[in-house]
Amino acid sequence: MTAITHHIPDAMLAAYSAGSLPHHFAVAVASHVSLCPTCRVTLEAHQSVGGALLDATDGVAVSDGMKADLLAQLDAPAPNIAQYTRQGIYPRPVVEALKGQEPKWKTLGMGVRQSILSESKQGSVRLLYIPGGQAVPDHGHNGIEMTLVLQGSFSDETGQFDVGDIEIANEDLDHTPIADEGEPCICLAATDAPLRFNAFMPRLLQPIFRI
Amino acid sequence: MAAMRRREGKPVSQKKTEISEQTVWMLAIRDNRDRAAFCALFDHFAPRLKGFIMRTGCSAHQAEEIVQDVMLTVWRKAAMFDPHRAQVSAWIYQIARNRHIDVVRKENRPVPDELAEDPGSEPDASQILAVEQEAGKLKQALSSLKPEQREIIEKAYLGELTHQEISTQTGLPLGTIKSRIRLGLERLRHELKGMRE
Repeated sequence: MTAITHHIPDAMLAAYSAGSLPHHFAVAVASHVSLCPTCRVTLEAHQSVGGALLDATDGVAVSDGMKADLLAQLDAPAPNIAQYTRQGIYPRPVVEALKGQEPKWKTLGMGVRQSILSESKQGSVRLLYIPGGQAVPDHGHNGIEMTLVLQGSFSDETGQFDVGDIEIANEDLDHTPIADEGEPCICLAATDAPLRFNAFMPRLLQPIFRI
Repeated sequence: MAAMRRREGKPVSQKKTEISEQTVWMLAIRDNRDRAAFCALFDHFAPRLKGFIMRTGCSAHQAEEIVQDVMLTVWRKAAMFDPHRAQVSAWIYQIARNRHIDVVRKENRPVPDELAEDPGSEPDASQILAVEQEAGKLKQALSSLKPEQREIIEKAYLGELTHQEISTQTGLPLGTIKSRIRLGLERLRHELKGMRE
Protein backbone atom coordinates (compact mmCIF):
# COMPACT_ATOMS: atom_id res chain seq x y z
CA MET A 1 0.00 0.00 0.00
CA THR A 2 1.32 3.42 -0.87
CA ALA A 3 1.69 5.96 1.91
CA ILE A 4 -1.32 8.12 2.64
CA THR A 5 -0.63 11.61 1.30
CA HIS A 6 -4.00 13.34 1.56
CA HIS A 7 -5.00 14.07 5.13
CA ILE A 8 -7.63 15.82 7.21
CA PRO A 9 -7.05 19.50 8.07
CA ASP A 10 -6.23 20.16 11.67
CA ALA A 11 -9.30 22.30 12.31
CA MET A 12 -11.50 19.42 11.25
CA LEU A 13 -9.70 16.98 13.56
CA ALA A 14 -10.12 19.44 16.43
CA ALA A 15 -13.81 19.77 15.62
CA TYR A 16 -14.14 15.99 15.45
CA SER A 17 -12.45 15.54 18.82
CA ALA A 18 -14.68 18.20 20.39
CA GLY A 19 -17.74 16.64 18.81
CA SER A 20 -18.78 19.65 16.79
CA LEU A 21 -18.63 18.03 13.35
CA PRO A 22 -21.96 16.96 11.89
CA HIS A 23 -22.50 13.21 11.88
CA HIS A 24 -21.81 12.60 8.18
CA PHE A 25 -18.38 14.21 8.38
CA ALA A 26 -17.63 12.53 11.70
CA VAL A 27 -18.10 9.17 9.93
CA ALA A 28 -15.57 10.18 7.26
CA VAL A 29 -13.05 11.52 9.80
CA ALA A 30 -13.32 8.45 12.06
CA SER A 31 -12.89 6.24 8.99
CA HIS A 32 -9.80 8.09 7.78
CA VAL A 33 -8.26 8.07 11.27
CA SER A 34 -8.82 4.30 11.35
CA LEU A 35 -6.51 4.04 8.33
CA CYS A 36 -4.09 6.92 8.92
CA PRO A 37 -1.55 6.91 11.79
CA THR A 38 -0.57 10.51 11.05
CA CYS A 39 -4.06 11.86 11.60
CA ARG A 40 -4.52 9.57 14.60
CA VAL A 41 -1.52 11.19 16.24
CA THR A 42 -2.86 14.65 15.46
CA LEU A 43 -6.24 13.68 16.87
CA GLU A 44 -4.57 12.40 20.02
CA ALA A 45 -2.73 15.69 20.36
CA HIS A 46 -6.08 17.49 20.28
CA GLN A 47 -7.38 15.08 22.89
CA SER A 48 -4.42 16.10 25.03
CA VAL A 49 -5.45 19.75 24.80
CA GLY A 50 -8.97 18.76 25.77
CA GLY A 51 -7.58 16.68 28.62
CA ALA A 52 -5.43 19.55 29.86
CA LEU A 53 -8.49 21.84 29.85
CA LEU A 54 -10.54 19.22 31.68
CA ASP A 55 -7.84 18.74 34.26
CA ALA A 56 -7.63 22.50 34.87
CA THR A 57 -11.41 22.91 35.24
CA ASP A 58 -12.76 24.01 38.59
CA GLY A 59 -14.61 21.05 40.00
CA VAL A 60 -18.26 21.11 40.98
CA ALA A 61 -19.04 18.79 43.89
CA VAL A 62 -21.00 15.72 42.86
CA SER A 63 -24.03 14.47 44.79
CA ASP A 64 -23.58 12.38 47.88
CA GLY A 65 -24.00 8.77 47.06
CA MET A 66 -22.93 9.05 43.45
CA LYS A 67 -19.69 7.22 44.04
CA ALA A 68 -21.42 4.48 46.02
CA ASP A 69 -23.99 4.06 43.23
CA LEU A 70 -21.23 3.78 40.72
CA LEU A 71 -19.23 1.28 42.76
CA ALA A 72 -22.33 -0.87 43.04
CA GLN A 73 -22.53 -0.98 39.25
CA LEU A 74 -18.96 -2.01 38.59
CA ASP A 75 -19.62 -5.73 38.82
CA ALA A 76 -22.79 -5.65 36.76
CA PRO A 77 -22.26 -7.09 33.29
CA ALA A 78 -21.74 -4.42 30.65
CA PRO A 79 -24.78 -3.92 28.43
CA ASN A 80 -24.52 -6.05 25.35
CA ILE A 81 -24.00 -3.41 22.69
CA ALA A 82 -22.75 -4.63 19.34
CA GLN A 83 -19.07 -3.74 18.97
CA TYR A 84 -18.07 -3.45 15.36
CA THR A 85 -14.55 -3.74 14.04
CA ARG A 86 -12.95 -3.45 10.64
CA GLN A 87 -14.21 -5.92 8.02
CA GLY A 88 -12.09 -6.29 4.90
CA ILE A 89 -11.70 -2.88 3.30
CA TYR A 90 -14.31 -1.27 5.56
CA PRO A 91 -13.12 0.49 8.75
CA ARG A 92 -15.20 0.32 11.89
CA PRO A 93 -17.35 3.45 11.36
CA VAL A 94 -18.45 2.10 7.96
CA VAL A 95 -19.13 -1.38 9.37
CA GLU A 96 -21.13 0.25 12.13
CA ALA A 97 -23.17 2.28 9.64
CA LEU A 98 -23.78 -0.95 7.69
CA LYS A 99 -24.69 -2.68 10.98
CA GLY A 100 -22.20 -5.39 10.12
CA GLN A 101 -23.96 -6.26 6.83
CA GLU A 102 -22.58 -6.15 3.30
CA PRO A 103 -23.35 -2.90 1.40
CA LYS A 104 -26.64 -2.90 -0.51
CA TRP A 105 -25.49 -1.58 -3.88
CA LYS A 106 -27.82 0.31 -6.21
CA THR A 107 -26.80 0.82 -9.81
CA LEU A 108 -26.36 4.40 -11.01
CA GLY A 109 -25.54 3.47 -14.61
CA MET A 110 -22.22 3.03 -16.46
CA GLY A 111 -21.22 0.43 -13.88
CA VAL A 112 -21.23 2.99 -11.07
CA ARG A 113 -23.03 1.90 -7.91
CA GLN A 114 -23.82 3.47 -4.57
CA SER A 115 -24.93 2.35 -1.15
CA ILE A 116 -26.39 5.07 1.08
CA LEU A 117 -25.28 4.64 4.68
CA SER A 118 -27.10 7.55 6.24
CA GLU A 119 -28.97 10.60 5.16
CA SER A 120 -30.42 13.57 6.95
CA LYS A 121 -31.17 17.22 6.34
CA GLN A 122 -27.60 18.03 7.38
CA GLY A 123 -25.95 15.72 4.90
CA SER A 124 -25.35 12.18 3.78
CA VAL A 125 -22.79 9.40 3.77
CA ARG A 126 -22.59 6.80 1.03
CA LEU A 127 -20.29 4.23 -0.49
CA LEU A 128 -19.50 4.65 -4.16
CA TYR A 129 -18.31 1.85 -6.43
CA ILE A 130 -16.63 2.99 -9.64
CA PRO A 131 -15.21 0.50 -12.19
CA GLY A 132 -11.57 1.08 -13.18
CA GLY A 133 -11.24 3.72 -15.88
CA GLN A 134 -14.76 5.03 -15.27
CA ALA A 135 -15.51 8.66 -14.43
CA VAL A 136 -17.86 9.82 -11.74
CA PRO A 137 -20.20 12.22 -13.54
CA ASP A 138 -18.93 15.80 -13.56
CA HIS A 139 -20.31 17.49 -10.49
CA GLY A 140 -19.94 20.44 -8.19
CA HIS A 141 -20.90 20.63 -4.54
CA ASN A 142 -23.09 22.57 -2.22
CA GLY A 143 -20.87 22.86 0.81
CA ILE A 144 -18.15 20.37 1.60
CA GLU A 145 -17.64 16.88 0.19
CA MET A 146 -15.22 14.39 1.75
CA THR A 147 -14.19 11.36 -0.29
CA LEU A 148 -12.12 8.60 1.32
CA VAL A 149 -10.66 5.83 -0.86
CA LEU A 150 -11.21 2.34 0.57
CA GLN A 151 -10.17 0.29 -2.47
CA GLY A 152 -8.43 1.07 -5.75
CA SER A 153 -7.66 4.70 -6.52
CA PHE A 154 -8.99 7.69 -8.41
CA SER A 155 -7.53 10.82 -9.94
CA ASP A 156 -8.95 14.23 -10.66
CA GLU A 157 -7.72 17.72 -11.47
CA THR A 158 -6.14 18.01 -8.02
CA GLY A 159 -4.14 14.76 -7.94
CA GLN A 160 -4.23 11.03 -7.33
CA PHE A 161 -5.97 9.44 -4.38
CA ASP A 162 -5.00 5.98 -3.12
CA VAL A 163 -6.36 3.80 -0.34
CA GLY A 164 -6.59 5.86 2.85
CA ASP A 165 -6.32 9.20 1.05
CA ILE A 166 -9.15 11.64 1.62
CA GLU A 167 -10.16 14.44 -0.72
CA ILE A 168 -11.92 17.39 0.82
CA ALA A 169 -13.63 19.50 -1.79
CA ASN A 170 -15.56 22.69 -1.28
CA GLU A 171 -18.05 24.30 -3.60
CA ASP A 172 -15.31 26.01 -5.60
CA LEU A 173 -13.96 22.71 -6.86
CA ASP A 174 -15.67 21.52 -10.01
CA HIS A 175 -13.85 18.26 -10.56
CA THR A 176 -14.13 15.01 -12.48
CA PRO A 177 -12.80 12.09 -10.48
CA ILE A 178 -11.86 9.11 -12.66
CA ALA A 179 -11.21 5.69 -11.15
CA ASP A 180 -7.73 4.56 -12.15
CA GLU A 181 -7.38 1.48 -14.36
CA GLY A 182 -7.38 -1.75 -12.39
CA GLU A 183 -9.69 -2.94 -9.65
CA PRO A 184 -12.89 -1.00 -9.01
CA CYS A 185 -12.51 2.05 -6.80
CA ILE A 186 -14.65 1.99 -3.66
CA CYS A 187 -14.97 5.29 -1.77
CA LEU A 188 -16.76 6.62 1.24
CA ALA A 189 -18.33 9.96 0.33
CA ALA A 190 -19.75 12.38 2.89
CA THR A 191 -21.55 15.46 1.64
CA ASP A 192 -23.21 18.47 3.21
CA ALA A 193 -25.90 18.55 0.58
CA PRO A 194 -26.93 16.68 -2.57
CA LEU A 195 -24.26 16.70 -5.26
CA ARG A 196 -25.03 18.86 -8.28
CA PHE A 197 -24.32 16.99 -11.44
CA ASN A 198 -23.45 19.15 -14.39
CA ALA A 199 -24.61 16.82 -17.11
CA PHE A 200 -28.31 17.12 -17.92
CA MET A 201 -29.37 13.52 -17.44
CA PRO A 202 -27.75 12.86 -14.12
CA ARG A 203 -29.31 16.03 -12.72
CA LEU A 204 -32.72 14.82 -13.78
CA LEU A 205 -31.98 11.48 -12.17
CA GLN A 206 -30.79 13.00 -8.92
CA PRO A 207 -34.12 12.82 -7.10
CA ILE A 208 -34.45 9.19 -8.14
CA PHE A 209 -30.99 8.12 -7.10
CA ARG A 210 -30.73 10.54 -4.19
CA ILE A 211 -27.22 11.49 -5.22
CA MET B 1 -9.64 -9.82 28.95
CA ALA B 2 -6.62 -11.57 27.51
CA ALA B 3 -4.88 -8.25 27.29
CA MET B 4 -5.43 -7.59 30.95
CA ARG B 5 -4.37 -11.03 32.06
CA ARG B 6 -1.23 -10.73 30.05
CA ARG B 7 -0.19 -7.72 32.03
CA GLU B 8 -0.89 -9.13 35.44
CA GLY B 9 2.05 -9.11 37.77
CA LYS B 10 4.09 -7.13 35.31
CA PRO B 11 5.05 -3.90 37.03
CA VAL B 12 4.75 -1.01 34.65
CA SER B 13 7.82 0.73 35.87
CA GLN B 14 10.37 0.72 38.57
CA LYS B 15 10.24 4.48 38.48
CA LYS B 16 6.61 4.51 39.51
CA THR B 17 7.10 7.54 41.71
CA GLU B 18 7.84 9.64 38.65
CA ILE B 19 4.69 8.66 36.81
CA SER B 20 1.69 10.78 37.77
CA GLU B 21 -0.70 9.36 40.30
CA GLN B 22 -3.53 9.56 37.75
CA THR B 23 -1.65 7.20 35.46
CA VAL B 24 -0.74 4.91 38.35
CA TRP B 25 -4.44 4.74 39.35
CA MET B 26 -5.52 4.09 35.80
CA LEU B 27 -2.99 1.29 35.34
CA ALA B 28 -4.09 -0.29 38.63
CA ILE B 29 -7.66 -0.19 37.34
CA ARG B 30 -6.65 -1.63 33.99
CA ASP B 31 -4.32 -4.34 35.20
CA ASN B 32 -5.69 -5.26 38.64
CA ARG B 33 -9.30 -4.01 38.58
CA ASP B 34 -8.34 -1.99 41.64
CA ARG B 35 -11.41 -0.38 43.24
CA ALA B 36 -9.46 1.86 45.58
CA ALA B 37 -7.66 3.28 42.57
CA PHE B 38 -11.00 3.76 40.85
CA CYS B 39 -12.27 5.70 43.89
CA ALA B 40 -9.19 7.93 43.76
CA LEU B 41 -9.67 8.52 40.03
CA PHE B 42 -13.34 9.29 40.65
CA ASP B 43 -12.51 11.80 43.38
CA HIS B 44 -10.14 13.57 41.01
CA PHE B 45 -12.14 13.54 37.80
CA ALA B 46 -15.85 13.37 38.67
CA PRO B 47 -16.11 16.98 39.98
CA ARG B 48 -13.98 18.27 37.10
CA LEU B 49 -16.08 16.39 34.57
CA LYS B 50 -19.24 17.77 36.12
CA GLY B 51 -17.91 21.33 35.99
CA PHE B 52 -16.61 20.86 32.45
CA ILE B 53 -19.92 19.49 31.16
CA MET B 54 -21.99 22.13 32.95
CA ARG B 55 -20.07 24.84 31.15
CA THR B 56 -21.84 23.80 27.95
CA GLY B 57 -25.16 24.72 29.55
CA CYS B 58 -26.05 21.23 30.76
CA SER B 59 -28.08 21.05 33.98
CA ALA B 60 -26.33 19.71 37.06
CA HIS B 61 -28.57 16.67 36.91
CA GLN B 62 -27.82 15.84 33.29
CA ALA B 63 -24.12 16.52 33.83
CA GLU B 64 -24.07 14.02 36.68
CA GLU B 65 -25.71 11.38 34.53
CA ILE B 66 -23.04 11.89 31.91
CA VAL B 67 -20.28 11.78 34.54
CA GLN B 68 -21.70 8.50 35.82
CA ASP B 69 -21.68 7.01 32.30
CA VAL B 70 -18.17 8.29 31.64
CA MET B 71 -16.74 6.81 34.83
CA LEU B 72 -18.45 3.50 34.15
CA THR B 73 -16.94 3.48 30.66
CA VAL B 74 -13.52 4.22 32.17
CA TRP B 75 -13.89 1.06 34.28
CA ARG B 76 -15.26 -1.14 31.51
CA LYS B 77 -12.93 0.01 28.75
CA ALA B 78 -9.84 0.29 30.92
CA ALA B 79 -8.10 -2.31 28.76
CA MET B 80 -8.03 0.26 25.94
CA PHE B 81 -6.05 2.79 27.96
CA ASP B 82 -2.50 3.05 26.63
CA PRO B 83 -0.25 5.40 28.62
CA HIS B 84 2.35 5.35 25.82
CA ARG B 85 -0.04 7.33 23.65
CA ALA B 86 -2.24 9.37 25.94
CA GLN B 87 -2.34 10.70 29.44
CA VAL B 88 -5.40 9.81 31.50
CA SER B 89 -7.05 13.24 31.17
CA ALA B 90 -6.89 13.10 27.35
CA TRP B 91 -8.43 9.64 27.29
CA ILE B 92 -11.22 10.65 29.68
CA TYR B 93 -11.79 13.92 27.80
CA GLN B 94 -12.60 11.98 24.62
CA ILE B 95 -14.87 9.52 26.41
CA ALA B 96 -16.71 12.46 27.97
CA ARG B 97 -17.13 14.33 24.67
CA ASN B 98 -18.37 11.16 22.97
CA ARG B 99 -20.88 10.44 25.72
CA HIS B 100 -22.06 14.04 25.85
CA ILE B 101 -22.76 14.04 22.11
CA ASP B 102 -24.54 10.68 22.27
CA VAL B 103 -26.82 12.06 25.00
CA VAL B 104 -27.44 15.53 23.59
CA ARG B 105 -27.81 14.60 19.93
CA LYS B 106 -29.30 11.18 20.54
CA GLU B 107 -27.02 9.67 17.95
CA ASN B 108 -24.26 7.15 18.04
CA ARG B 109 -20.98 8.92 17.55
CA PRO B 110 -18.70 7.26 15.00
CA VAL B 111 -15.32 6.33 16.48
CA PRO B 112 -12.20 4.96 14.77
CA ASP B 113 -11.00 1.37 14.95
CA GLU B 114 -9.06 0.90 18.16
CA LEU B 115 -5.31 0.64 17.85
CA ALA B 116 -4.34 -2.59 19.53
CA GLU B 117 -1.19 -2.45 21.59
CA ASP B 118 1.45 -4.77 20.27
CA PRO B 119 0.78 -8.05 22.14
CA GLY B 120 3.46 -8.84 24.65
CA SER B 121 5.09 -5.45 24.36
CA GLU B 122 6.86 -4.35 27.51
CA PRO B 123 5.69 -1.11 29.05
CA ASP B 124 8.16 1.63 28.24
CA ALA B 125 8.41 3.91 31.27
CA SER B 126 10.43 6.53 29.45
CA GLN B 127 7.79 6.84 26.74
CA ILE B 128 5.03 7.08 29.36
CA LEU B 129 6.98 9.79 31.13
CA ALA B 130 7.65 11.65 27.91
CA VAL B 131 3.92 11.75 27.14
CA GLU B 132 3.21 13.01 30.64
CA GLN B 133 5.92 15.63 30.59
CA GLU B 134 4.72 17.06 27.31
CA ALA B 135 1.18 17.10 28.65
CA GLY B 136 2.42 18.95 31.71
CA LYS B 137 4.08 21.59 29.57
CA LEU B 138 0.95 21.91 27.50
CA LYS B 139 -1.06 22.50 30.65
CA GLN B 140 1.39 25.17 31.73
CA ALA B 141 1.16 26.86 28.35
CA LEU B 142 -2.63 26.88 28.57
CA SER B 143 -2.56 28.43 32.00
CA SER B 144 -0.43 31.32 30.81
CA LEU B 145 -2.73 32.37 27.97
CA LYS B 146 -4.60 35.65 27.96
CA PRO B 147 -8.16 35.12 29.24
CA GLU B 148 -9.81 35.81 25.88
CA GLN B 149 -7.49 33.39 24.07
CA ARG B 150 -8.10 30.73 26.64
CA GLU B 151 -11.81 31.24 26.30
CA ILE B 152 -11.70 30.59 22.56
CA ILE B 153 -9.70 27.42 23.07
CA GLU B 154 -12.06 26.23 25.76
CA LYS B 155 -15.05 26.90 23.55
CA ALA B 156 -13.45 24.97 20.70
CA TYR B 157 -12.68 21.92 22.83
CA LEU B 158 -16.06 22.02 24.54
CA GLY B 159 -17.65 21.62 21.13
CA GLU B 160 -19.08 25.14 21.03
CA LEU B 161 -17.41 26.30 17.84
CA THR B 162 -18.24 24.88 14.44
CA HIS B 163 -15.53 23.47 12.20
CA GLN B 164 -15.69 26.66 10.14
CA GLU B 165 -15.30 28.80 13.24
CA ILE B 166 -12.29 26.77 14.33
CA SER B 167 -10.77 27.13 10.84
CA THR B 168 -11.16 30.87 10.83
CA GLN B 169 -10.06 31.53 14.41
CA THR B 170 -6.54 32.78 14.16
CA GLY B 171 -4.18 31.55 16.79
CA LEU B 172 -5.87 28.27 17.63
CA PRO B 173 -3.21 25.65 18.19
CA LEU B 174 -3.57 23.99 14.82
CA GLY B 175 -1.24 22.83 12.11
CA THR B 176 0.58 19.77 10.90
CA ILE B 177 1.81 17.47 13.57
CA LYS B 178 4.70 15.07 13.40
CA SER B 179 4.58 11.33 13.70
CA ARG B 180 4.72 11.08 17.45
CA ILE B 181 2.34 12.31 20.03
CA ARG B 182 5.02 14.05 22.04
CA LEU B 183 6.23 15.93 19.01
CA GLY B 184 2.65 16.92 18.42
CA LEU B 185 2.29 18.14 21.96
CA GLU B 186 5.59 19.94 21.80
CA ARG B 187 4.48 21.81 18.73
CA LEU B 188 1.04 22.63 20.05
CA ARG B 189 2.78 24.07 23.05
CA HIS B 190 4.94 26.22 20.81
CA GLU B 191 1.89 27.49 18.97
CA LEU B 192 0.22 28.32 22.24
CA LYS B 193 3.34 30.15 23.29
CA GLY B 194 3.28 32.09 20.04
CA MET B 195 -0.26 33.26 20.81
CA ARG B 196 0.88 35.29 23.76
CA GLU B 197 3.10 37.48 21.69
